[in-house]
Amino acid sequence: MIRFEQVVKIYAGGQTAVDDLTFEAPTGQITVLVGPSGCGKTTSLRMINRMIEPTSGHISIDDEDVQSVNAARLRRGIGYVIQNAGLFPNKRVVDNVATVPILLGAPRSQARTRAREVLELVGLPGDFADRWPSQLSGGQQQRVGVARALAADPPVMLMDEPFSAVDPVVREQLQDEFLRLQRELGKTIVFVTHDIDEALKLGDQIAVMRVGGKLAQLADPAYLLAHPIDDFVAGFVGRDRGYRALTFAQTPALPLAAEPTVPLGTTPQEARAATRDGWLLVADHGRPVGWVEPEHITAAIEPAMLHRGGTVARATGPLRAALDAALSSPSRRGVITDDDGILLGTVRAHQVLEAIEATDRPEVDEADIAPAGPTSRADR
Amino acid sequence: MIAQVWRWLVDGAHWQGGTGIAQRLLEHLEYSGMSVLIAAIIALPIGAFIGHAGRAKWIIAVANAFRAIPSLGLLFVVAMWFVSRLQGDAAYLVPTIIVLVILAMPPLLAGAYSGVSEVDPAARDAAYGMGMTHRQVLTRVELPCALPLIFSGLRSAALQVIATATIAASISVGGLGRYLIDGLANSDYTEMAGGAVLVAALALVVDGVLAALQRLVVPGGLRTARSARRRRRASAVTQASPTG
Ligand SMILES: Nc1ncnc2c1ncn2[C@@H]1O[C@H](COP(=O)(O)OP(=O)(O)OP(=O)(O)O)[C@@H](O)[C@H]1O
Ligand SMILES: [Mg+2]
Repeated sequence: MIRFEQVVKIYAGGQTAVDDLTFEAPTGQITVLVGPSGCGKTTSLRMINRMIEPTSGHISIDDEDVQSVNAARLRRGIGYVIQNAGLFPNKRVVDNVATVPILLGAPRSQARTRAREVLELVGLPGDFADRWPSQLSGGQQQRVGVARALAADPPVMLMDEPFSAVDPVVREQLQDEFLRLQRELGKTIVFVTHDIDEALKLGDQIAVMRVGGKLAQLADPAYLLAHPIDDFVAGFVGRDRGYRALTFAQTPALPLAAEPTVPLGTTPQEARAATRDGWLLVADHGRPVGWVEPEHITAAIEPAMLHRGGTVARATGPLRAALDAALSSPSRRGVITDDDGILLGTVRAHQVLEAIEATDRPEVDEADIAPAGPTSRADR
Repeated sequence: MIAQVWRWLVDGAHWQGGTGIAQRLLEHLEYSGMSVLIAAIIALPIGAFIGHAGRAKWIIAVANAFRAIPSLGLLFVVAMWFVSRLQGDAAYLVPTIIVLVILAMPPLLAGAYSGVSEVDPAARDAAYGMGMTHRQVLTRVELPCALPLIFSGLRSAALQVIATATIAASISVGGLGRYLIDGLANSDYTEMAGGAVLVAALALVVDGVLAALQRLVVPGGLRTARSARRRRRASAVTQASPTG
């Protein structure tokens, strides 16, 4: 657990970058610091590994004040990932990743073996290890940056906009892999971003900061969407809050209707016989692959004929996916599968909406509606 | 004329003995090598330190101002000062080396300074962030990354020193400069031209050796980084030209 206690940072020029920051980043979870440019996210992060010294206040990791540890030794025990990866151009990828183990005294060959393992973990197997950083794409460099921070298996990771320099498609991919990795590793992570969608996607807990370095609100994503504490947070969290909040709501047991299916290769006559209305679901070994309109086909069903506009939702997934499956389905019947992708049945949009209405929104915290909330009102 | 110079150069008699070409080449290399070595020992750590700490940058500016001083004039001043204080050969040798060291320092300083200070700030930040000490950041990241610029400083220092070492002959220290001075005195232009050719050839050979050393020492990642950048720039130019 990382604890900030009344931390203040005033730069030499008199600029207050962080103002009276108090919060905890729980062990094994991702805490995201998010806020507009210049609100003091990077400054806050870098005070944890003493790249910046606070003007006043205390920061502790597992109840040990970071000020009581030699700065270099402290940093070797904390993974650190920055925006442009900051790889050493004079070292091959494997030696970049082996840096901290070597600093900690591991023999070179052992450190390299470990480095190759970690590279594999972040999706860079085999020959990537022997390349120079300049021979990698931006996304690959960023993965090496993450691998380098993980190499000595530190319990704490600090990440400053690690995915913001890559294009949106790669970013999404890196985020997904990052979440998968975190499920495996369970690090205590403080993650800085200015992108609220990234914060909502990755954070177990989100600290929204406002310019001037004050904490505006600290909450989990669902709560933040449901109960932004003031206009600033509401504006920052953005539009479509109600819809986006469905991402964090588990799908309850939906009233699924059995859906007849036919396999690929079905003839038009068979298809027309199987259909109940204009649309027929095609499944391959139990897995839904798309819809056809039996009235409009003249040959045996093949993949090219399928309507693929409909999304498929897992029964255990978020409500947002279930609603989207219903809304996007050409037959208006949303396809629901189990975790292995096997068809369970279909559901209509109004049924999903009924389920949504029946679910509880996150209960509002009393403190957040009191006249002077702990993190908010005074400075408005 | 060219034929004459060529005949002078290949005449075996000119190469032998205490005043032969071989001996002069050796002397020339000795002064030059020693001067560059001394200058490097002084300038590289200072330049690297200034680049690392980002302080005392005025030293680089002052050193650059030294380039403006005429070498020959400086040589006479230093020689006059030493001639009454030192005995024998040293009285001439020491001033020569001092002048050449002063000449070699600015490019070496500038190379080490800009090499270290131009290291990618993100790489430096990451190095500290992973728990390297100042010394480790300097030796494991900054200096290796600075090698290409340190080498270009070294090569330009070597070229300047070899070219300028000819003036040593004017205060009766040996070296290839003798052919220029003696040739001028005897109006023997063949000898002068021969001497000049030898100086140029020596400079080229030394530069070639240093270039080979550079290829050996500079980490491959820095080479590929620069050639990749050059390729990109080149392709940007070729892509821009049809429309522009
Ligand atoms: N070294 C410094 N000296 C003086 N002021 C600084 C320094 N570093 C940052 N600041 C100021 O402190 C404030 C917070 O900076 P910080 O880098 O923490 O912001 P940030 O939230 O990370 O912003 P961004 O999203 O743009 O990265 C800014 O106003 C910035 O100008
Ligand atoms: Mg920042």
